[in-house]
Amino acid sequence: MASVQSESNRQSGLQPQIRQEIKTPAPKRRKINKQKVAPYLFVLPFVIVFLVFSVYPFVNAIIMSFQRLHGLDDTVFVGLRNYKQLIHDPVFYKVLWNVTRYTFWTILILIPLPLVLAVIMNLDSTPYKSFFRSVFFLPVLTSTVIAGIVFRFAFSRESTGVFNTWIGHLGIKPVDWLDSPHTAMFALVVICVWRWLGVNMIYFLSGLQSIPKELYECAEIDGASPWVKFKSITLPMVRPITTYVLTISILAGFSLFNESYVYWGASSPDDIGSTFLTYIYKNAFGQGEFGYACTLGVAMFVIVMIINFIQVTVRGLFKED
Amino acid sequence: MKARKRISKILTVILLLLVSVIILIPFWFLLISSFKPAADIFGNGLNIKLDFSKMSFENYMKLFHVQDGIFWIWFKNSVVITVIQTVLVLVFCSMVGYGLAQYNFKGRNLIFTLVLVMLMVPGDILLIPMYKLVTNLGLMDSFAGVILPGVVPAATVFFFRQYAIGLPRDYGEAARIDGAGEFRIFAQVYAPMMLPAYGAMTIMTAMGAWNNFLWPLIVMRSDENLVIPAGLLTAMTPYGNNYDIVFSGSMMSIIPIIILFLLNQKSFINGMTIGGIKG
Repeated sequence: MASVQSESNRQSGLQPQIRQEIKTPAPKRRKINKQKVAPYLFVLPFVIVFLVFSVYPFVNAIIMSFQRLHGLDDTVFVGLRNYKQLIHDPVFYKVLWNVTRYTFWTILILIPLPLVLAVIMNLDSTPYKSFFRSVFFLPVLTSTVIAGIVFRFAFSRESTGVFNTWIGHLGIKPVDWLDSPHTAMFALVVICVWRWLGVNMIYFLSGLQSIPKELYECAEIDGASPWVKFKSITLPMVRPITTYVLTISILAGFSLFNESYVYWGASSPDDIGSTFLTYIYKNAFGQGEFGYACTLGVAMFVIVMIINFIQVTVRGLFKED
Repeated sequence: MKARKRISKILTVILLLLVSVIILIPFWFLLISSFKPAADIFGNGLNIKLDFSKMSFENYMKLFHVQDGIFWIWFKNSVVITVIQTVLVLVFCSMVGYGLAQYNFKGRNLIFTLVLVMLMVPGDILLIPMYKLVTNLGLMDSFAGVILPGVVPAATVFFFRQYAIGLPRDYGEAARIDGAGEFRIFAQVYAPMMLPAYGAMTIMTAMGAWNNFLWPLIVMRSDENLVIPAGLLTAMTPYGNNYDIVFSGSMMSIIPIIILFLLNQKSFINGMTIGGIKG
């Protein structure tokens, strides 16, 4: 944010001179081409889509959250009833707990592990880099639905399923993976780790490559050990990337839908794998409770914004360059 | 010292190979499952046994037979949606990004702030009002209903803006003196300079559109309008007898994107390291 500000200041400081220089020789053109109008036309697509597909639905979501809907257009204003229902809805707390746990685990795994891999991939001595990079990147090309289908049948409760075969080798009895709370969460986190490991590694790699080599050389002259170099150069230098990865992980975690839907459809047994979005989906398209579904959406929005706010404040994003 | 270096090199390779194997295993599952009778997988779960006597190309043949080859209709839908959406996203987002980067105008900072805010808000919270909106616009069960809401994503605008802000303004000024109009300056001077950005975003957008699931699932109602991921999931419901095409269909849907990736690795990676991280 800060850099954006300074950039624009710099440019606006420069612009008047240039503008004056060219104002005289530039011939008069159709209005549409005028330098003053043109930028508005350029940004118009964003403004239109923003108004029609973000602002309007957002206002509508808030209105609908105070309504009961029988079908889409037959609405009754019910005041705070949906919100009261929300506060007393055990499933709401369950999905909140589910996505929080899910986000926690994915962050816990998908920040350190990719960082370590990126450090290894950034060493001059590591061979076959482009091969490994391609392999690590393959999962992200795969649709979560297809990945989900594969994992769903790998997590089969039958003893012949892949995971049960594997734990069978360790002498553990077959597990009904998708039917008990802890293994269900495990099954969700596994897909996420598989799919995003390579992506996060590439984010970190791009951060590492922008660190000036001289920093490490200076540290070496001072006799710093590899661990000290990692701790006092690498970690601080990849902080902006970490913030970015953290932000998208939180967004992705709270918006989890596909994997849960592939595993269980819109409702999992005892809601062990339900998420905000599967619960919204179930309320709207399963039970026709469009009003309550909107209330859930508003709640999700508020929660994500609170987390963003805390994150930004704690990490001091606005102070950074 | 040399020996130590060699050992550490071997250890790194082993570690990286191990991670690679873990990443590749699901693809291997998918590949061998696509040759197996689906009843076996649905009954016994996915297993890794290679039983060549049971394996055949039958599931691939069924892609043409099940419901008169409905899989290829889904495939066609996915291609059409992906192509149209990608073209529109590139045109609009590059325009917006360019406008935000290369001009000073009242409201620019406001619009750019809105773009940044949109990056931090999960768009899916608007699922229900969007559904209502698309219904009221009469766009349900249509390609337009799937495509239109996602035609100017904030992340892509942000990427183009970050790219365009690094481009010198002198070229535009020179063209202006020569009497070029603003849109010609964009199309003939700056768009060519943004080619790498177009490359990266083509692939990222196409990948996103190709794999998109939730929104098409809601908009598309009739069987013959589904896209591949949603179609494959309906093939898994117990009513239809379409089990057999789930795994072969999955293979067919990841192959195009993997080929695209192998041909354009660099742009792909560039697309991931969205230039904005530095900003």
